[in-house]
Amino acid sequence: MGKLNVDLCGIMLENPVIPASGTFGYGYEFAQWYDINRLGTFSFKGTTREPRFGNPTPRIAECPSGMLNAVGLQNPGVRAVIEEELPRMSACFHKPVMANISGFSVEEYREVAEQLSPCPQIGWLEVNISCPNVHGGGMAFGTDPKAAAEVVRAVRDVTEKPVIVKLSPNVTSIAEMARACEAAGADAISLINTLLGMRIDLRRRAPILANTMGGFSGPAVFPVALRMVWQVYDAVKIPVIGMGGISTAEDVIEMMLAGATAVEVGAANLVNPYASLEILEALPEVMERYGIKSLEEIIGGAHRT
Amino acid sequence: MQEKVFEIRENTEIAKDVWEIRLTGDTSGMDKPGQFVNVSLPGFFLRRPISVCCVKGQELTLIYKTVGKGTGTLATLREGQLNLLTGLGNGYDLERAGNAPLLIGGGVGVPPLYELARQLTARGLKVQVILGFNSSCDVFYEEQFHDLGCDVTVTTVDGSYGMKGFVTDALEGRVFTYYYTCGPMPMLKAVRQKCHGDGEFSLEERMGCGFGACMGCSCKTTGGYKRVCREGPVFRKEEILWEN
Repeated sequence: MGKLNVDLCGIMLENPVIPASGTFGYGYEFAQWYDINRLGTFSFKGTTREPRFGNPTPRIAECPSGMLNAVGLQNPGVRAVIEEELPRMSACFHKPVMANISGFSVEEYREVAEQLSPCPQIGWLEVNISCPNVHGGGMAFGTDPKAAAEVVRAVRDVTEKPVIVKLSPNVTSIAEMARACEAAGADAISLINTLLGMRIDLRRRAPILANTMGGFSGPAVFPVALRMVWQVYDAVKIPVIGMGGISTAEDVIEMMLAGATAVEVGAANLVNPYASLEILEALPEVMERYGIKSLEEIIGGAHRT
Repeated sequence: MQEKVFEIRENTEIAKDVWEIRLTGDTSGMDKPGQFVNVSLPGFFLRRPISVCCVKGQELTLIYKTVGKGTGTLATLREGQLNLLTGLGNGYDLERAGNAPLLIGGGVGVPPLYELARQLTARGLKVQVILGFNSSCDVFYEEQFHDLGCDVTVTTVDGSYGMKGFVTDALEGRVFTYYYTCGPMPMLKAVRQKCHGDGEFSLEERMGCGFGACMGCSCKTTGGYKRVCREGPVFRKEEILWEN
């Protein structure tokens, strides 16, 4: 086994670097600039049952060491994803891919999972119960342990593939959320989705985002994400995927020491299209600097000191 | 899209809050007028998209308005390097120009029209240009368009320079084959209403990545959802849903 390999729910990843959903589209753009097969995998744009335009613009705002987005799950709907996006993706990505799914009802999550699950390209289902930018769905399920468990059970019922639940940081107890998902049959937890935030335009004296609020991401949220990964690692036995502000190979090591089996890279891809690749390429040297022989052996390592 | 490091040569205020920055570097793949670059600024997370004003050999000229902290910081730079993503966006379609194109720019919508005028005049076309500003202190690049051999009309809203009024007030009696425009949305809407014939519009939107990954700058068009950064920023008149 290579020193960068990690096992994610029974599927071997060549390395733990995974571009996060909503920052990598379906991979096509990035595939023009580098071989995206070098990545562990990637999580494609969140999929809902119906096509969605998402929120009105502006959807983006600058923040200190980060950004706000209120895209609102723009996607062509599950049918077009299966009929158009996945075949197109197969031309540039040959590894199992992570399907990110979202919904506005338990039934919608179930239907989207049911349709995507048989697609051979898909390795994992990442269930987004944490989108802060849509009303009546997304985060509504991710802030109540009972509702979260209901979604997880509904998806669990219709797929044999690993179910990863993507959690919101906008909760009182992240450990309680993670335990509820584990008990409902989740195979892994990924976190954190964005933190709910906003900015006001001083000239217009009005919120910058048309949606008023949006999700805060970028290097500024890394310590919050790391703390939550640490807590969830302590709370559950299933693997944890760490994300939130990762922009260097050192951040990857730190996340893994906190308990992450793999990591997702989000906002960094948007300011540097080569970010995920550069993080991956820097890993061996950073591992050597800190005396790390294989990544698998450091998962949760900081809990044992 | 390419990631390139450019050297800052000059950065000067050419009108009120409007700056012209001259850079040198690898300008390959940025030959289409109407395209933009996405500029990384020290101390800021997101890049700032700025349309390309002129590309000559290794020299790249950008014009920007200081509207916030990011562009304010850009205006303080006099030397050093800038990391740019270049060759972004689709650009104007020169093939539609006909033999007498009209270019209509408002405020900082003027810069991309300069490179367009350069390339159209280089084809031997007679190019008419209407440049609209609020006041005399805002006017820039009139001589540069003149020097290309364009027929230039400047309008100011307060009448302190050129013709008093909006760019659309300078349309009367004009004969042209096609139009290209860039400026604030109210101006684009007025141009669309008052300009006969067909044309192209460059749209502006707050962007996340600028290269098509984040869906931050989406717009609804007659051909479905499009990304201003990728399928745009230039759209043909019939593609744009004007009620938005």
